[in-house]
Amino acid sequence: MADIKQALKERILVLDGAMGTMIQQYKFSEEDFRGDRFKDYPIPLQGNNDLLSITQPEAIKEIHAKYFESGADIVETNTFSGTTIAMADYQMENLVYELNFQSAKIAKEVADKFTEKEPNKPRFVAGSIGPTNRTASMSPDVNDPGYRAVTFDELRIAYKQQTEALIDGGVDLLLVETVFDTLNAKAALFAIEEVKEERNIDIPIMLSGTITDASGRTLSGQTAEAFLISVSHIPLFSIGFNCALGANLLQPHLEAIANKTDFAISAHPNAGLPNAFGEYDETPEEMGEQIEAYLKKDLINIIGGCCGTTPDHIKVIAKLAAKYKPRQLVVSC
Amino acid sequence: MITETNNKKPSTNNQRKFMKLSGLEPLVLNENSNFINVGERTNVAGSRKFLRLIKEEKFDEALDIARHQVDGGAQIIDVNFDDGLIDGKESMVRFLNLVAAEPDISRVPIMIDSSKWEIIEAGLQVVQGKCVVNSISLKEGKEKFIWEAKQIKRYGAAVIVMAFDEVGQADNYERRIEIAKRSYDILVNEVGFPSEDIIFDLNIFPVATGMEEHRRNAIDFIEATRWVRENLPNVSVSGGVSNVSFSFRGNDPVREAMHSVFLYYAIQAGMNMGIVNPALLEVYDDIPKDLLEHVEDVILDRRDDATERLLEFAETVKGTKIEKTVDLSWREGTLQERITHALVKGIDAFIIEDVEAARLEAEKPIDVIEGHLMIGMNVVGDLFGAGKMFLPQVVKSARVMKKAVAYLNPFIEAEKGDAQEPVGKILMATVKGDVHDIGKNIVSVVLACNNYEIVDLGVMVPPEKIIQTAIAERVDAIGLSGLITPSLDEMVYLAKEMQRENFEIPLLIGGATTSKAHTAVKIDTQYKNAVVHVNDASRAVTVVGDLLNKKSSKDYVAALKKDYDEFRTKFLKRGKEKSYISLEEARKRKYKIDWETSEIIKPNEIGVQVLKQLSLKELVPYIDWSPFFRSWDLHGKFPDILKDEIVGEQATIMYEEAQKMIEEIIAKQLLKPKAVFGLFEANTINDDDISVQKKGKEIAVFRTLRQQLSKREGIPNHALADFIAPKETGKTDYIGAFCVGIFGAQELADSYRAKGDDYNAIMAQAIADRFAEAFAEYLHKQIRTKHWGYAANEDLTNDDLIKESYKGIRPAPGYPACPDHLEKETIWELLDVEKLIGVKLTESLAMWPAAAVSGYYFANPEAKYFGLGKITDDQVTDYATRKGIAKDVARKWLHPTIADE
Repeated sequence: MADIKQALKERILVLDGAMGTMIQQYKFSEEDFRGDRFKDYPIPLQGNNDLLSITQPEAIKEIHAKYFESGADIVETNTFSGTTIAMADYQMENLVYELNFQSAKIAKEVADKFTEKEPNKPRFVAGSIGPTNRTASMSPDVNDPGYRAVTFDELRIAYKQQTEALIDGGVDLLLVETVFDTLNAKAALFAIEEVKEERNIDIPIMLSGTITDASGRTLSGQTAEAFLISVSHIPLFSIGFNCALGANLLQPHLEAIANKTDFAISAHPNAGLPNAFGEYDETPEEMGEQIEAYLKKDLINIIGGCCGTTPDHIKVIAKLAAKYKPRQLVVSC
Repeated sequence: MITETNNKKPSTNNQRKFMKLSGLEPLVLNENSNFINVGERTNVAGSRKFLRLIKEEKFDEALDIARHQVDGGAQIIDVNFDDGLIDGKESMVRFLNLVAAEPDISRVPIMIDSSKWEIIEAGLQVVQGKCVVNSISLKEGKEKFIWEAKQIKRYGAAVIVMAFDEVGQADNYERRIEIAKRSYDILVNEVGFPSEDIIFDLNIFPVATGMEEHRRNAIDFIEATRWVRENLPNVSVSGGVSNVSFSFRGNDPVREAMHSVFLYYAIQAGMNMGIVNPALLEVYDDIPKDLLEHVEDVILDRRDDATERLLEFAETVKGTKIEKTVDLSWREGTLQERITHALVKGIDAFIIEDVEAARLEAEKPIDVIEGHLMIGMNVVGDLFGAGKMFLPQVVKSARVMKKAVAYLNPFIEAEKGDAQEPVGKILMATVKGDVHDIGKNIVSVVLACNNYEIVDLGVMVPPEKIIQTAIAERVDAIGLSGLITPSLDEMVYLAKEMQRENFEIPLLIGGATTSKAHTAVKIDTQYKNAVVHVNDASRAVTVVGDLLNKKSSKDYVAALKKDYDEFRTKFLKRGKEKSYISLEEARKRKYKIDWETSEIIKPNEIGVQVLKQLSLKELVPYIDWSPFFRSWDLHGKFPDILKDEIVGEQATIMYEEAQKMIEEIIAKQLLKPKAVFGLFEANTINDDDISVQKKGKEIAVFRTLRQQLSKREGIPNHALADFIAPKETGKTDYIGAFCVGIFGAQELADSYRAKGDDYNAIMAQAIADRFAEAFAEYLHKQIRTKHWGYAANEDLTNDDLIKESYKGIRPAPGYPACPDHLEKETIWELLDVEKLIGVKLTESLAMWPAAAVSGYYFANPEAKYFGLGKITDDQVTDYATRKGIAKDVARKWLHPTIADE
């Protein structure tokens, strides 16, 4: 991956926008989600977006292609919930390997086509590793604060499986994202390190946390800097924040870590805050204006979008990113 | 003390990277870092109490120890469960999981301490922050050392390396540096362990043991520390300091001096962290010169006879401790004196013992209540009546009384004797739509301890239920309470209902917004029998006594009715004297800001944000105490009230008790603060409305009310809308809105009440109210300096805040500048308050939980607080039209502020 490391030094890299928002536009029915293969599946599958990589691969490829067309350097695989833990809701634990493998494979196919067309702008695929729907350092039971619904080892095993499948499918880097509990992320990083060692490979890791609260803390209570310190034992390709907040509200948290780390800084904010109907209504121009404020402050190496962002948003962001130099990376001794 | 010795920094200059650790918050070392103090009371080997608590599975109390350490200044807490009689792994996991749920503890990094790898690993798997592992060493060979170090690196922790190898523990200078060097090289070169995450424990051993080979123990450690810090880049050096003075156990002055001297030199040599008991540490400069000389001789091994000389000298400096004793001389009085004393002073420690003694003496258990206890309570009543006791004391007396009665009741039942006949039965309720009940609870307690039976229906009680209960329970009087203005109407309604049902019992009215005027004009006229406004709990007993006294009540009620009638006539006459101008005229006289020159500052963060992860501790400095004392009928300004000639002593006691309860509330997280706030674009439209916008699109409209009182020329008629730039100016202005709530007060109060402790129940509610106000103050500051940022450099003391010297205002719907409660609904919609933080609005638009504050933010420097005063019918019509509601609805909500009524 000398390519992407080189690219990171030269320019601000652009990550894609939301997958879920794009999938919604297809208005897939229960039948569409099931496809032929799962037409007799015992439980409802609508809403299992990761499954679409198998049942509606053309749609997923189309979404990836739209983001590349808009100027994205990196697209994320459609695997946000691709762990045995998150897939338990759909009783699809056994499908996890295939889901991740397929998602990686189709994303890579699209990326390769674009790279072929534009060899001077190689395109990359990041394997998306979501937070799962359980939390390792908080109790879901208010009456028993010592209880945990998931252990480090359970998470580690699930993440390891996802990582192996994503790498087998051909991803160029891994993106551990929307981290609301640092302990979950540490389990993911532990698993990735195990895979790296067992296979004797190196693969860049992006890590992105989520801050949901005006206190500037993660859901599990850490400040931005404490979060940074807790995951800096692994040589990360980049660290940053995504989701939960719009671009302007994310800025103070990016500033809180930018001058405290030698890792690259990434941000993929939402298109503003959801309105009363749960929709994101910030236009590309509005979001762009806020993102330009980061770029002017020399805060960013990798920029993209999360919930509510579309190829139109990415197009504006990519144009802006091209105008500015990336944040200087200090080479540590 | 540590910082003092720390002024001299080690001479090492090879430090390029510094250790960073984290709990919920970062702990980052740098070239200026002071000595890092590691707490060790959560170590079963270091604390017998902790060991006992873990053995007994008293994890709650074990957590208190951890909390105490952090509060006491420990920057890291060492956690160790290595004991033969406990399951170390299970205890480690359980304890650390519980610690994770306590933000006041888990804000600091954890040191996971065990000699067993499986316990260390179990600990590493449950902590999100960057920990320190204590410890690994070459004791069992290089292979195991490397494997463990690799794992630790992968889990993301720093590590303490003991100066221990296959041969044994390092006990001299050469061995210490030999092992340190070897360990360092393996870790850095073979494992790739970050050098800044390595901490050496170079073994602190005792000196002055009398053994020749121990003479150099301290100085060798110090010199080895210097070598390590100079030759092994980026590492830290740690150790357990108390070991060094082991031979002087029992002589604290000498031990304290030894610790200081040892640290003084070790820190200069580069020791930068360690386990030090702050209670066992003398300030270096305060050590008497002769003691210092003897101790330094030993630590630095300066003389052959150093140990003997110190031993000899030590005999002369054995410390004496003075213990604070409680005055128990009152226990020597007679039984009745003791019981009276306990009741008057509110001491419940001996009451069961005394009551039992009285019971054994008495013929029937009931005699103890009617005799001993009533004699005591009569003294309380007399003192209270004479102004020599204060409300909180009386409530405490009631608590003792309750405890005594609860003890006696089973004996009374057993005797089948008739229970004590109460002198009257009073129904108490906070009216429909209102949630405030501190005042009602105080009155209930005061009446109860004067032998009235109380039927307390709680808060938000519908009128039908009050009527039904009054009939079913055959009560002798009804007491109604309410704090918000809509509650006034509920009281009027209930008076009408009582009349309709032909009630004859008296109606008592109390609560912050009630007044004699309102009672006389609005309520008294609805009910033919007695209606009394009682806004002072201390008056409640005499008023109720007079009302229920069969002989005199008739005359009393007649006099009362006459008094209210006269008051009413006078009041109505006076009311007419004020004159008002039309709304149109008032708008012409609006407050005019020069928008051409007025600086509008755009908020840093537009949009809605939630704040739930805040420690109550951060709010404590923002508490305004004066209202707290007012809620107990103690009047005066804090802190002067503590020294007040009359109530000072009582205020001081209450203040201390409040501090204690706050400590417990914080420690156990019994209350939970939550807030939502939003900053928006806004412009004033149509004179009095504020249009709130998102990207130029209107998302809400705040309707403000304008003063209509006729004023001197040049004095404006204010409305809040005047502080926001009008649309016509073409400038985008901004407005904010917020709601803060303190959750858990009801549960906490109930838990006290269940234990018969009304005093603390009321205290808990009063404290929750203070926290809500403090939170509003805190959040406003965050808004001014950070989220909006229009006063980023403000530097105001808490006193300044209470005096409202800040720039901008935060008026609250229901309060003088905007008495209209309906606007809360607009705030609730705009901020999605209920969904985001769970604060609800009742049908009367009171907030639930009761300890809550909501309002607006105005940033303009010319914005100031004002009182609306009364408005006239034309504004009611206009307001109803603007808001799109029927006029009678508008009239209902606004009528306390409408002039002609």
